[in-house]
Amino acid sequence: MTARPKLEAQDIRLSYLQPRTGTALAALDGVNLQIMEGEFVAIVGPSGCGKTTFLSVVDGLIAATAGRVLVDGEAVTRPGPDRAVVFQDASLLPWRTVLGNVRYGLECLGVAAREAGARAEKLVALVGLSGFEHHYPHELSGGMQQRVNLARALVVDPKILLMDEPFAALDAQTRELMQEELLRIWAAAKKTVLFITHQIDEALYLADRVVVFSGRPGKVKDSIAVDIERPRPIGVKRQARFHALEDRIWELIEEDVKTKAREDRHARA
Amino acid sequence: MKLERYLIGGGTLLVFLLAWELCADSGAINPLLISSPSRIAEAGAAAMSDPDFWTDVRVSANEFILGYVAAIIVGVPLGLLLGTSRRLSYIFAPFVDTLNAVPRVALLPLLIIWFGIGIWSKVAVVFLGAVIPILIAALSGVNTNEARFVAMAKSFSASRTKIFLSIILPGTVPYIFTGLKYAAGRALLGVVVGELYASTAGVGRMIADAGNMFQTDTLFFGVLIFTASGLVVVAVLDRLERRFERWRPGVGAPT
Ligand SMILES: Nc1ncnc2c1ncn2[C@@H]1O[C@H](COP(=O)(O)OP(=O)(O)O)[C@@H](O)[C@H]1O
Ligand SMILES: [Mg+2]
Repeated sequence: MTARPKLEAQDIRLSYLQPRTGTALAALDGVNLQIMEGEFVAIVGPSGCGKTTFLSVVDGLIAATAGRVLVDGEAVTRPGPDRAVVFQDASLLPWRTVLGNVRYGLECLGVAAREAGARAEKLVALVGLSGFEHHYPHELSGGMQQRVNLARALVVDPKILLMDEPFAALDAQTRELMQEELLRIWAAAKKTVLFITHQIDEALYLADRVVVFSGRPGKVKDSIAVDIERPRPIGVKRQARFHALEDRIWELIEEDVKTKAREDRHARA
Repeated sequence: MKLERYLIGGGTLLVFLLAWELCADSGAINPLLISSPSRIAEAGAAAMSDPDFWTDVRVSANEFILGYVAAIIVGVPLGLLLGTSRRLSYIFAPFVDTLNAVPRVALLPLLIIWFGIGIWSKVAVVFLGAVIPILIAALSGVNTNEARFVAMAKSFSASRTKIFLSIILPGTVPYIFTGLKYAAGRALLGVVVGELYASTAGVGRMIADAGNMFQTDTLFFGVLIFTASGLVVVAVLDRLERRFERWRPGVGAPT
């Protein structure tokens, strides 16, 4: 007997209507994906291949042109408390403090103020921001802002965490630190995670499985199991097996990245 | 830095006042035309011991406050409403645009026919001058809300009310304050022009009377009062804005 996947995308297609030209732009071209409960899956693909679009469809923020998303076998039609998004730019409300931002989701769910405050404080501590509860976003570093972003998603206790390149804007050292932190939090919270990135080493370090998207319109090109045991100290990034997997994924993406670079050159010319 | 600013600014002002005083006292320019700081101070002292002057101040203050506050009470909610509902904005847009294009003081004669030469015609012209910029500021504040914040709220299944109160409304605050400051100037203009045109009392009336009798000293004193009022209103709004916008980088430390 095979278990039912926690999250399933069935032949997701999506085209955007481009307001300027009035033509349709195909962003996703039949994405199929299955994620098991507790699994950490990373999607890599060249920029503009539809990763953010796919995540928005999974969250229910935008409706697919065709295909469907199932969570525990139920079709997704709109955002729900079983999923939460960690956004690409932190999207913190600048007029709210750290605590105010973290409790936002709980307010939307109608959780009583006192309980919301207590739960938010616990999450602020979990992401290592104790002592910064009453700071405003502009007083925080980029890494700290992303910790708030993560805490805001985790506080509603979603079963599935959807993360959209959350560490892309961070410097290399902070990024590695955040990757380690994320694994620690994931091990403690045991969530199903769909993590988007354009960095191969980040995907390999974090995920149980790396799904490679083709260039636009995006679809699944291949899915590679990362057979590196956990816990993973940051040093695994320097192991031979890690490099071998990196090379394999790069070969899959290379062609699309080069095609895109050629297109961009043409577009400029 | 701050000290330097005050020293240079204050010094320049002092030199200007001294030069003005000297021009008038030496008779280089007829003091009847330009008055002088000391003459204005004397006229001010005399006015302030006259109960009629305080009546004028009270009348002008009432006109300003009633018209301006009414403009806020009407302009802010209406602007927010028009920003939120596309249909309503289609209905009201022609009126708002037309009223915005009309110099509202041009309506004074009509307002006097409607409300008489007492304070209510002035309250009306102050209201009309202030309400449009406030309304437009609130409306554009709603329209420039950040899509990424709205998407974030939607991903948490926020209700429409919640999105409005927690995302859109806070985003409009800086716009509304800009509108309020601009509108304060329009409101003050309404008081002055309204009273100059037709009135029975008010600081504008005092200026008009002084002008008719060539009392330039008193005239300047009246102008000074309006100037000071304008500065005070903007300073109060600045303080309020800083309280509301503590979260904004560079808008100062918590008070
Ligand atoms: N709202 C939109 N309207 C029109 N085109 C869009 C919109 N959002 C994204 N696109 C286009 O769809 C493609 C995929 O975008 P996106 O999902 O953001 O890619 P990624 O996250 O992989 O970089 C891009 O070519 C982008 O320009
Ligand atoms: Mg993206």
